[in-house]
Amino acid sequence: MRVNVTVNSEQRQADDVWEGESLLFVLRERLGLPGSKNACEQGECGSCTVYLDNVPVCACLVAAGQVQDREVRTVEGLADGDTLDPVQEAFVEAGAVQCGFCTPGLVVQAHDLLDRVPNPSDPEIREALAGNLCRCTGYEKILDAVRLAASRR
Amino acid sequence: MTLTPAELTSAVSGGIGTSPQRPDGNLKVRGEFAYSSDLWHEDMIWGATLRSPHPYARITSVDLTEALKVPGVYAVLTHSDVPGRNLYGLEHKDQPVLAVDVVRYQGEPVALVGADHPETALRAMKKIVVTYDVLEPVVDMETAADDTPLHPGGNLVRHVPIRRGSQDVEAEVVVTGRYEVGMQDQAFLGPESGLAVPATDGSVDLYVATQWLHVDRDQIAAALGLPQEQVRLTLSGVGGAFGGREDLSMQVHACLLALHTGKPVKMVYNREESFYGHVHRHPAVLYYEHGADHTGKLVYVRTKMYLDGGAYASSTPAVVANAATLGVGPYEVDNITIDAYGLYTNNPPCGAMRGFGAVQAGFAYESQMDKLAEALGMSPVDVRVRNAMTEGSVMPTGQVVDSAAPVAQLLKLVQDKPLPAGTSSDIRELPGGVSNTTHGEGVVRGVGYAVGIKNICFSEGYDDYSTARVRVSMVNGSLTAAVHTAACEVGQGLVTIMQQIVRTELGIERVTVLPMDTTIGNGGSTSASRQTYVTGGAVKAACAIVRDRLAGRTDIGDEVIDETTEWRHRATEALDPVTGQGNAHVQYGFAAHRAVVDVDVDLGLVRVVSLDCAQDVGKALNPQAVIGQIQGGSAQGLGLAVMEEIQTSGGKVRNPSFTDYLIPTVLDMPPMSIDVLELADPHAPYGIRGVGEPPTISSTPAIVAAIRAATGLALTRVPVRPEHLTGT
Repeated sequence: MRVNVTVNSEQRQADDVWEGESLLFVLRERLGLPGSKNACEQGECGSCTVYLDNVPVCACLVAAGQVQDREVRTVEGLADGDTLDPVQEAFVEAGAVQCGFCTPGLVVQAHDLLDRVPNPSDPEIREALAGNLCRCTGYEKILDAVRLAASRR
Repeated sequence: MTLTPAELTSAVSGGIGTSPQRPDGNLKVRGEFAYSSDLWHEDMIWGATLRSPHPYARITSVDLTEALKVPGVYAVLTHSDVPGRNLYGLEHKDQPVLAVDVVRYQGEPVALVGADHPETALRAMKKIVVTYDVLEPVVDMETAADDTPLHPGGNLVRHVPIRRGSQDVEAEVVVTGRYEVGMQDQAFLGPESGLAVPATDGSVDLYVATQWLHVDRDQIAAALGLPQEQVRLTLSGVGGAFGGREDLSMQVHACLLALHTGKPVKMVYNREESFYGHVHRHPAVLYYEHGADHTGKLVYVRTKMYLDGGAYASSTPAVVANAATLGVGPYEVDNITIDAYGLYTNNPPCGAMRGFGAVQAGFAYESQMDKLAEALGMSPVDVRVRNAMTEGSVMPTGQVVDSAAPVAQLLKLVQDKPLPAGTSSDIRELPGGVSNTTHGEGVVRGVGYAVGIKNICFSEGYDDYSTARVRVSMVNGSLTAAVHTAACEVGQGLVTIMQQIVRTELGIERVTVLPMDTTIGNGGSTSASRQTYVTGGAVKAACAIVRDRLAGRTDIGDEVIDETTEWRHRATEALDPVTGQGNAHVQYGFAAHRAVVDVDVDLGLVRVVSLDCAQDVGKALNPQAVIGQIQGGSAQGLGLAVMEEIQTSGGKVRNPSFTDYLIPTVLDMPPMSIDVLELADPHAPYGIRGVGEPPTISSTPAIVAAIRAATGLALTRVPVRPEHLTGT
């Protein structure tokens, strides 16, 4: 099938999509956007988190056909050219990035949190990020990064 | 103008002892860092692996006919298509690239498919007809040695005995215990993956996530029947490792398909396949007897340990040696009897995971120290301090610890930290959280301590070295450096450390890290907490040569200074096969934890309230990265304490998913207060001490000790499950 979708403000088209493919597969393998990650592909780890019509979703749980004529924003769409989004900048500065495989999903999820709650408390940050697994950092520096980003936005 | 090295160093920022940003950080937060599963090549096809559904079976026939007819399939391969040696392994060449006539674990690779789409490959695999004669699996590590032999030499992979001092001395106070450690998974987030690209001359390039490029290359070349120079590896982005990428997974398979089809082949495991696709932490059964005098001084330790290596040896021999040599913990004991056994079974293969061998022993000996404290009426910290090793102490192997061993100091540091406030009234801070299972009723608090010891770098006489190349030239009127190694960056931040070392040694601020590949010599394994030590040492040594050639110049015109050197740490010795004596280890690392937990005794739910740590790192080359290692390592120890276990039944894995194999989330991991000591090791570059593994060892027993203190339960097995706490 053919899928037409707006990704990071650009109109994109994917052809020969098999009906069983996920949004994640289409982004990674057909649209050249591998930033959203394939850690579990079953909605448990959050590493593929993208905005779908401004709501964060696991791209692995969205069938490709469901995004027809809708708007997707991925981690690749957060920076303004060479200027990182404050959340991205804070993740690097705070040491919240080690292997970085969880990072794209966490960055999108934290970005959404700070859009909704500009100055979240620690329990609010923890609840918001509870669906994003990280295996390297023990999360403390991720919390540091979100606090830092909140202080700058 | 000429400057001395010291003047140059002070002139640049971002050298050692500071925390500059990672060079790959911006790419990673932008989603533009190329991990091994992100790779793409014009005209590439997808590889997939058919695996055994049985833990132990004879293969009686394999029929590929229908699979080959599926449109879009380019190749279906079996062991008969392996042109070279069909056996590989880190220490014993005992594992087939593709099974021949027997499968020894559930998930063992049997056949490969190359196809135009992952779904095509899956459908073709379903049409491969393998008939099995199912056999009774060997699953009990304690009896495996006398059970059906799974390999020609029997089921004992290695026995390490240690005999020191009196073997029959008696003591006033004796405590015994049997302890079990479940099978933990590395659960790195980036799945096994890579891209193999065939060349027209019959050679192959592999872009892959691994921990050791050269040992991968050697094993791949042997399996492909190619000279080593015809197998070229380049490290892709690695999504975590923790030991799970020391063994081969898809490397040979992707190369086989690529060379067979003439097309680039991408292979990416999904999470379920990843659980079958790499080795895990050895489950263990450990019997301990500690004898002490009435003052708490240890008189003897006797232990018998079983470590389940599963179907293939992997790094079992080294795991067994670690468990044995570190088996009494960071304590002075004169009389020691240790027998550690690594066994073959039909359980999933087990090998390297952060802290290997030391983690299993650590849970048992620290549980014993608490038991001893209770028997003596002493505090858990006092009994540990009473026996704490120091610099100059003698290991069970007879090796003298010849650098700082601040065990008592580490314990006192965590003991003296302020305790967290009492049990919260906010449900988000109670066991069960927003599941709203308690408002404090049935919740009890406990505090526990533990300390651990880990060997750093490779041991037992292994020639452990790394190779580094440093190139200096003028770019836009300034000296610029590039550093090149084959040492794998897996997330830990070696790329940053190498830049920092070059800046400090050469006074050059602009340092590029070149891609890690096999065009340069061996970098050794990214494991055993060794890369900052060994590859850091190699980079430092290469810089010294470059610095001599620079001779203080800040303008070298068109000259390019390009130096490559090998660097090795001091030699170690083999263990005596009868007594286990020998200077087997290079360096020891120590960490201590204090855990505070709240336990809902009605539901068996645990919330770790705080997990404080003190660790000696010799010298913190990058303080932020050191803290990151301690936090991350402690989190993995928390996982083993209360949630992480690959559960098997009859050799079959019951929970191969992140739905059923739980790793800590941000809700599970408490804030940590961390003290970092910098007591330089005079034998190591900059005095550093390996950082990555020690915090994983003491985290687990400290948390379990806290749960015991809260509940009064014996808790001899990790992970502690709700039913262990409720008795239901």
